[in-house]
Amino acid sequence: MLEIKNLHATVAGKEILKGVNLTILDGEIHALMGTNGAGKSTLSNVIVGHPAYEVTEGSITFNGQDLLAMKTEERAHAGIFMSFQQPIEIPGVSMNNFMRAAVNARYQALGREPLKSTDFLKLMREKRKLVEIDSKLVNRSVNEGFSGGEKKRNEIFQMAMLEPTFCILDETDSGLDVDALRIVAEGFNKLRTPQTSALVITHYQRLLDYIRPDVVHVLLDGKIVKTGGPELALQIENNGFDWIKEESHEE
Amino acid sequence: MKSEQQYLDLFRGQRDLICQHSVAALNAVRDEAFASFERTGFPSLKEERYRYTDVARAFAPNFGVNLARKQFPVNPDEVFRCDVPNLSTSLAYVVNDQPVFSRPIPFVYSFSEAAEKAPGILEKYYNRLLSPHSSLFTLHSSLSPSLGRVGEGFLNTAFAQDGLLIYVPRNQRMERMLQVVNLLRSNVDLLLFRRVLIVLEEGAEASLLFCDHAMDHSSFLTSQVIEIFCGAGSHLDMYEMEETHTSCRRFSNVYMQVSRDCVVSHNNITLYNGQTRNTIDAVLQGENAEITLNGCVIADKSQQVDNNTLIDHAVPRCTSRELYKYVVDDNAVGAFAGRVLVRPDAQKTSSQETNANLCASNDARMYTQPMLEIYADDVKCSHGSTVGKLDDTALFYMRQRGISEAEARMLLKFAFVGQVIDEIQLQPLRERLHYLVEKRFRGELNKCTGCALCK
Amino acid sequence: MQQKDNNDFVRRVAEEKYKFGFTTDIHTEIIERGLNEDVVRLISAKKEEPEWLLDFRLKAFRYWQTQEQPTWGHLHMPEIDYQAISYYADPTRKKDGPKSADEIDPELMKTFDKLGIPLEERLALSGTAVDAVMDSVSVKTTFKERLAEKNIIFCSISEAVREHPDLVRQYLGSVVPYRDNYFAALNSAVFSDGSFVYIPKNTRCPMELSTYFRINARNTGQFERTLIVCDSDSYVSYLEGCTAPMRDENQLHAAIVEIVVMDNAEVKYSTVQNWYPGDSEGRGGVLNLVTKRGHLRGANSKLSWTQVETGSAITWKYPSCVLTGDNSVAEFYSVAVTNNHQQADTGTKMIHQGRNTRSTIISKGISAGRSQNSYRGLVKIGKNADGARNYSSCDSLLLGDKCGAHTFPYMDVHNNSATVEHEATTSKISEDQLLYCNQRGIPTEEAVGLIVNGYAKDVLNKLPMEFAVEAQKLLSVSLEGTVG
Repeated sequence: MLEIKNLHATVAGKEILKGVNLTILDGEIHALMGTNGAGKSTLSNVIVGHPAYEVTEGSITFNGQDLLAMKTEERAHAGIFMSFQQPIEIPGVSMNNFMRAAVNARYQALGREPLKSTDFLKLMREKRKLVEIDSKLVNRSVNEGFSGGEKKRNEIFQMAMLEPTFCILDETDSGLDVDALRIVAEGFNKLRTPQTSALVITHYQRLLDYIRPDVVHVLLDGKIVKTGGPELALQIENNGFDWIKEESHEE
Repeated sequence: MKSEQQYLDLFRGQRDLICQHSVAALNAVRDEAFASFERTGFPSLKEERYRYTDVARAFAPNFGVNLARKQFPVNPDEVFRCDVPNLSTSLAYVVNDQPVFSRPIPFVYSFSEAAEKAPGILEKYYNRLLSPHSSLFTLHSSLSPSLGRVGEGFLNTAFAQDGLLIYVPRNQRMERMLQVVNLLRSNVDLLLFRRVLIVLEEGAEASLLFCDHAMDHSSFLTSQVIEIFCGAGSHLDMYEMEETHTSCRRFSNVYMQVSRDCVVSHNNITLYNGQTRNTIDAVLQGENAEITLNGCVIADKSQQVDNNTLIDHAVPRCTSRELYKYVVDDNAVGAFAGRVLVRPDAQKTSSQETNANLCASNDARMYTQPMLEIYADDVKCSHGSTVGKLDDTALFYMRQRGISEAEARMLLKFAFVGQVIDEIQLQPLRERLHYLVEKRFRGELNKCTGCALCK
Repeated sequence: MQQKDNNDFVRRVAEEKYKFGFTTDIHTEIIERGLNEDVVRLISAKKEEPEWLLDFRLKAFRYWQTQEQPTWGHLHMPEIDYQAISYYADPTRKKDGPKSADEIDPELMKTFDKLGIPLEERLALSGTAVDAVMDSVSVKTTFKERLAEKNIIFCSISEAVREHPDLVRQYLGSVVPYRDNYFAALNSAVFSDGSFVYIPKNTRCPMELSTYFRINARNTGQFERTLIVCDSDSYVSYLEGCTAPMRDENQLHAAIVEIVVMDNAEVKYSTVQNWYPGDSEGRGGVLNLVTKRGHLRGANSKLSWTQVETGSAITWKYPSCVLTGDNSVAEFYSVAVTNNHQQADTGTKMIHQGRNTRSTIISKGISAGRSQNSYRGLVKIGKNADGARNYSSCDSLLLGDKCGAHTFPYMDVHNNSATVEHEATTSKISEDQLLYCNQRGIPTEEAVGLIVNGYAKDVLNKLPMEFAVEAQKLLSVSLEGTVG
């Protein structure tokens, strides 16, 4: 599904990623852990095509396509979805108009007819039920005045609407209490198909209790320094990152 | 005085013709207004209220003026469909400066029939707010010398021959919204002097929608004066929408006198134009009055829009709110100056003014000037003003969801001015305007598609 | 009851006397009143100036003659009779005594002692270098030697013209050209003295530099001129203070301050302005008509203006910044207090020209008595100022119902990547706040002083320590009234 080779990236002239290699196969869940400033968010921003980040070396292919040559929206049409760490509020743009624009842009890219208004509203209703999001939220402006938990749930709702094949959950657990975390994680699990892959970025084990990773990576100082199974996340939860830092220095 | 000369000559040469085709109440104040214009001329760019609009230049070309009241052959009901149709409104047309009714509308008259149908009203109210003797202006000039000017208003009074009178007597209510469609119609470049007098007596209610449209591709220069008298406890809900073309210049002056316990709102929506200057002066002269001035502007190409407002709190315990939003693109120039004056002893005034603007291109320019002038201490007054660009983070978020950059920009601009439209009380009008604004941003307004002038 | 206390307080504030209103009895050489080309030549001759400077003065004078006094301020300006003013007064010259720079009239020393200005270096424990200007002439500059070790030049501008003519010639009028405005033209024609500062490259000025201005002589105007050049990677903090005796007639003060800031350099300019404000009936007082501007020429340069304005009958000044260097940063922090019949029309101009330039404006106006206090500011974003940002906040506090507080901001934006934000509020001290203080045993007038100081804190905090104390005292004098 996703193949990242020797990826170097800078923001404001400063190199953050220093040679990342990562391969995610269809249906796999990968967790990405690491200290603050290690480059986790940079990696996810580069994958979705944030204009502030510049790739200086390396490549990313997505289902055989050269991702770096594609615009942000084209990557979205190809099936990439990011659940943002801090979803932005967009005053005055209703969720309805926003989702309609997003769904129809995707349909157009896939060569399909845009949804009729009634069909669109029906789709909204269905997906809303699926992720248990209040209809009131959907009638408001995008994320405006939402609580932290509501914003994260709204991200999962949008995921449901757009049916991506590859999801990035960027610290979806930050700022959520246990109940909200469970609801969001369960929502994600419901939406998953056997082909859906995901990159789950987190500091904590607790999200991984709900979304079981196949592979766990540790990103330190712009490089993936350690890769392991789910047990690696538990080790980090108990012992922190220092031992991995020492290990990687020894190498 | 170069630009003024042709008007001085025209008036002197045609005074009798002008009077002959007008009514007594208008003729009664004509000479004095002309004398005032002779004395002051057009305001120069050095005058504080005219920093951003060159009046003399706009009035310099040689326009035709229809002093002989030649009728334009038009049946508006047949040829024109307005973009805000059938809001269950009463419909009146003003062709250039001439009111045309296909059927009588309660409380609505042309000046020429006013003497018969609303006797004494013109004599009592017409031009009172523009008169150099008006207490309004003498008070202004003692506090702020720069406020005492009425721009080309004197010229309008000198030349105006007919107009629209909306007179709602005591405790009466206009059942339906009145929609006034101002049609610009001429095969030669035309200057017109449009005039509206609105009198709401004590406890009266009215809701008014004025739409400006151009039916021909000629250049139009509109000088408009609207005088509004709101009696105690009256309610006025008023909208002005401009949707013309790039060869249209509009100079509008709204003078409003608001009495105690009134609730007044005025909305100025500039969708499409060439050059526009809207002046609004509102004096709150009775306690517990509430006024709202809202506006939104969408300007691109080389369009210019200058809104200049004054809210004068002359007495205690009044409330004013103001919200103006602009989106300026291409080479457009936007200007907003809003002055809130709290006179001595106007205690317990509450006033809030907001002006927010988006510059969408690097050649667009925006000037903003929110002003507070306060002579009383127990007041709550604030203003805020911003000029900015579209939110990059929001753009990125939308693109991540698959929305193209162009569409994302459109949605954000639409949302930005949408907040002004949201303030509109009347639901069908609100929805219609949302729709029109979206069409405007998509370049689909009927005056924009296939119109040679707008390309 | 509350209202009455408050009114009493305001009345007492209105009657507050000006503490620096003494005069100094010293021999002062004053030239004949009036202004013409000969006077300009005479001033230049007295100062033994080079030809180019006389030429500059004459050009300015000729331009001034073609101009009219501006009227756009929210001010009722008394008629100024420019022919009734003497344009040069020199207190250092005894009528017939020999001329010597070191020989300072003891009376003059006493004046500055009374003002608390440490002219004698042994008294200067605060470690501030001072240039003292009385009427038209720089009286003495302290700490020159220590500064010279670092090749910092701090002297009167007259001395700079003699000792460093190339520097002065290069920068004088380069930030405020004589054609800038009416009063700038007047100053350029007749400026007498003022301070000159040059900080060479890679130098951090080891102490605060300070100029103290004093108008003493009757019927004289003060036209000082300050020029500060801070070269690349350098830093200086500069303080300016001013007082004048009580006179029945208005005294004219039309100064120019020019600041040049090069790459990575930083200048802090702080003013505590306490010219005589006139009496409680509005008689007399200084007309403070000043042009101050800094040019942020270099990349990453920084300039901040901090002003506490309590004096003058009329204040007309807009310390401004032209942000030419990319990433340059400009700040304007102001507290303006007006009382009695004082009028202030003050603010700033931020002209953004370079990329990613940032400016901040924090203005706090306090009006009492029958005074009028206006903020007027321009933020202009030029066509090439990509990514420029401005934030402005203008608050007004009204004490009493006979005064006025006004806000006139102008924002001209010619670039679509810029962000400009302005907000303003007007308030009075709430009765709840006063009641709360009263209940805790704080008398009303003291409470008002406390609240006003709190209100102005954002700005006062920006002043250097030594000055902040003085500024707080000044606010107290202006507003705490006759406590005890």
